[in-house]
Amino acid sequence: MAVVETRSLTKVFKEGELGAVNSVNLETREGEFLVFLGPSGSGKTTLLRMIAGLETPTSGEILIGGRVVNDLSPRDRRIAMVFQSYALYPHLSVYKNIAFPLKAQKVKKDLHKQKVEWAASLLGIGALLDRKPRELSGGERQRVALARAIVREPAVFLLDEPLSNLDAKLRASAREELERFHRRVGTTTIYVTHDQVEAMAMGDRVLVLNKGVVHQLGTPTEVYDNPADTFVATFLGSPPMNLAELSDVIVGFRPEHFRPVSSVNGEAVAFRFKVENIEYLGSEWIVSGTPASGKLGGQKVFSRLNSAQDLSLGGTYDFAVPQCELKFFDRSTEKRVEPKVVSWQ
Amino acid sequence: MWGKVVHVLVITVFTVLLAFPFYWMVITSFKQNVDLYTMENNPFVFNAKPTLDHLKFLFTETRFVRWLANTTFVGIVVVAITLVLAVPAAYSLARLSGRWGERLGIAIFLTYLVPQTLLFIPLSRVVAYLGLQDSLWALILVYPSFTVPFSIWLLMGFFKSIPKELEDAAMVDGLTRFGAFAKMVIPISTSGILTVVIFTFTLVTQEFVYALTFISSESNQMIGTGIPIFLVRGDVYYWGALMAACLIASLPIAFLYNLFLDRFIAGFTVGAVK
Ligand SMILES: Nc1ncnc2c1ncn2[C@@H]1O[C@H](COP(=O)(O)OP(=O)(O)O)[C@@H](O)[C@H]1O
Ligand SMILES: [Mg+2]
Repeated sequence: MAVVETRSLTKVFKEGELGAVNSVNLETREGEFLVFLGPSGSGKTTLLRMIAGLETPTSGEILIGGRVVNDLSPRDRRIAMVFQSYALYPHLSVYKNIAFPLKAQKVKKDLHKQKVEWAASLLGIGALLDRKPRELSGGERQRVALARAIVREPAVFLLDEPLSNLDAKLRASAREELERFHRRVGTTTIYVTHDQVEAMAMGDRVLVLNKGVVHQLGTPTEVYDNPADTFVATFLGSPPMNLAELSDVIVGFRPEHFRPVSSVNGEAVAFRFKVENIEYLGSEWIVSGTPASGKLGGQKVFSRLNSAQDLSLGGTYDFAVPQCELKFFDRSTEKRVEPKVVSWQ
Repeated sequence: MWGKVVHVLVITVFTVLLAFPFYWMVITSFKQNVDLYTMENNPFVFNAKPTLDHLKFLFTETRFVRWLANTTFVGIVVVAITLVLAVPAAYSLARLSGRWGERLGIAIFLTYLVPQTLLFIPLSRVVAYLGLQDSLWALILVYPSFTVPFSIWLLMGFFKSIPKELEDAAMVDGLTRFGAFAKMVIPISTSGILTVVIFTFTLVTQEFVYALTFISSESNQMIGTGIPIFLVRGDVYYWGALMAACLIASLPIAFLYNLFLDRFIAGFTVGAVK
């Protein structure tokens, strides 16, 4: 097991253009499950590929297990990677796919069978060893890719959106399986995704990236409850945090904290709220509309409720947000600032 | 029902069409001259006893075996040269970022389209300058000028269809950059490489203009020139021996094609269906 660290890691593909990854500093913890989360094109893959040694950094350092590995080739970094496409070797059987790293790393031949069978049984694909990759379903391919990654017991796992090719139902079970698997092997893992649900569910910590810049690194609760800036605030959560510009600050509050005034206790900010749309999602309701007056007047605001049966379309109600749930951001830097007294009228 | 009938009908027509030349070569090779030249005979069957005279003539009175050996030798060397040049070139062009790889590939392919009838005069100056007149090495020198461009173009399609992530995965799994090429890209492209081998070899056995221009002595002839030069004397056609020679020369290639038929089709249709 090992810790991965990057220092001012930067990658610029075309000179003169903005970097795909800009001066990223991060340090994983021993055995941690760290998630890189960001929209598509935010530089997650590039960052991961630099750690793997598949992409040369423009500047900065990468350390694995305390050693600078910038000049090491991928095969000398003791890493294993699962690619978005799984990258199974199409001409080799499942057995040979899994044994490939052992063969390439010149592990003693008589150990191959035992190690392949260990990896295959850990992932429940023992019955598929004679098949070719094209004869497997998406879920099975993903497991073969994982088995190939663990077979030589690497110091670090790098996973690039390994679940994005699966259908929704399979994705949920594969996610759970991956978590269980990580708890079992305990290897430091970096997991790339653009799906915030995956990130929140799986990550010990989440690194939020946008345009190659780190916006926040923290536990799922930290990034959700205490977003470092407006990007993190709006990228996480569905629907995202409501934001309102009030004089020199931006004030934000989560939809689940914006509720009918009767269910809000303590100090709160109240609005008259005109309901314009109601969506029923089974376990919850998403209500959207516009505050009828004040600085928020005319701006669309979301509310997430357990029940909206007593609300009707077009009606106007008294809603409120507890004072303690308000987040404040600087209007020019969009970074989080201390709570302030603001005028809502 | 009708679909099946049409299916069988089409296959029958093509089979007859394609098998007929072979049948004609076989029957002519073993017919006595009297049988061949009697106009009243049914030409599709033996009207007199079969004979081995034509074969005997071919193997004892001509340098047929030598021509076969020459062709095989030139074929193997040209295949080797073609692979050594085309595989790395096609790979680099396929992996070149941007559109330049493709443009260069097309430019190289265009050189393949320049007709040999236009090139044999300047090339004969080159051959003379190098002192290679009447030598098989002259052919070994000029044949790659058309086998290499075609093969580069064909292999480029293959290499492009291999996702780069496969090489990345192989490198993470423990291979070097070159190892990933040799142990991952090459085995996956077997169909393409086999196609190049068969295609190149076939071109060499069929080529006529250069072989005719650069080779003069009987013992240095290729199969494609030796047969028409020495089995047609004046206006006398040695039909039996001619057909026997053609049959023997075409059998190995027909055999090769059939052996690798599926891969060969895959080779030419790569990228056609995703
Ligand atoms: N090989 C490359 N050449 C040029 N630009 C690239 C290359 N790879 C990625 N990029 C660019 O870098 C940015 C980040 O890409 P990527 O790391 O793939 O993002 P993500 O994985 O978060 O979707 C994108 O703008 C992408 O177009
Ligand atoms: Mg990506």
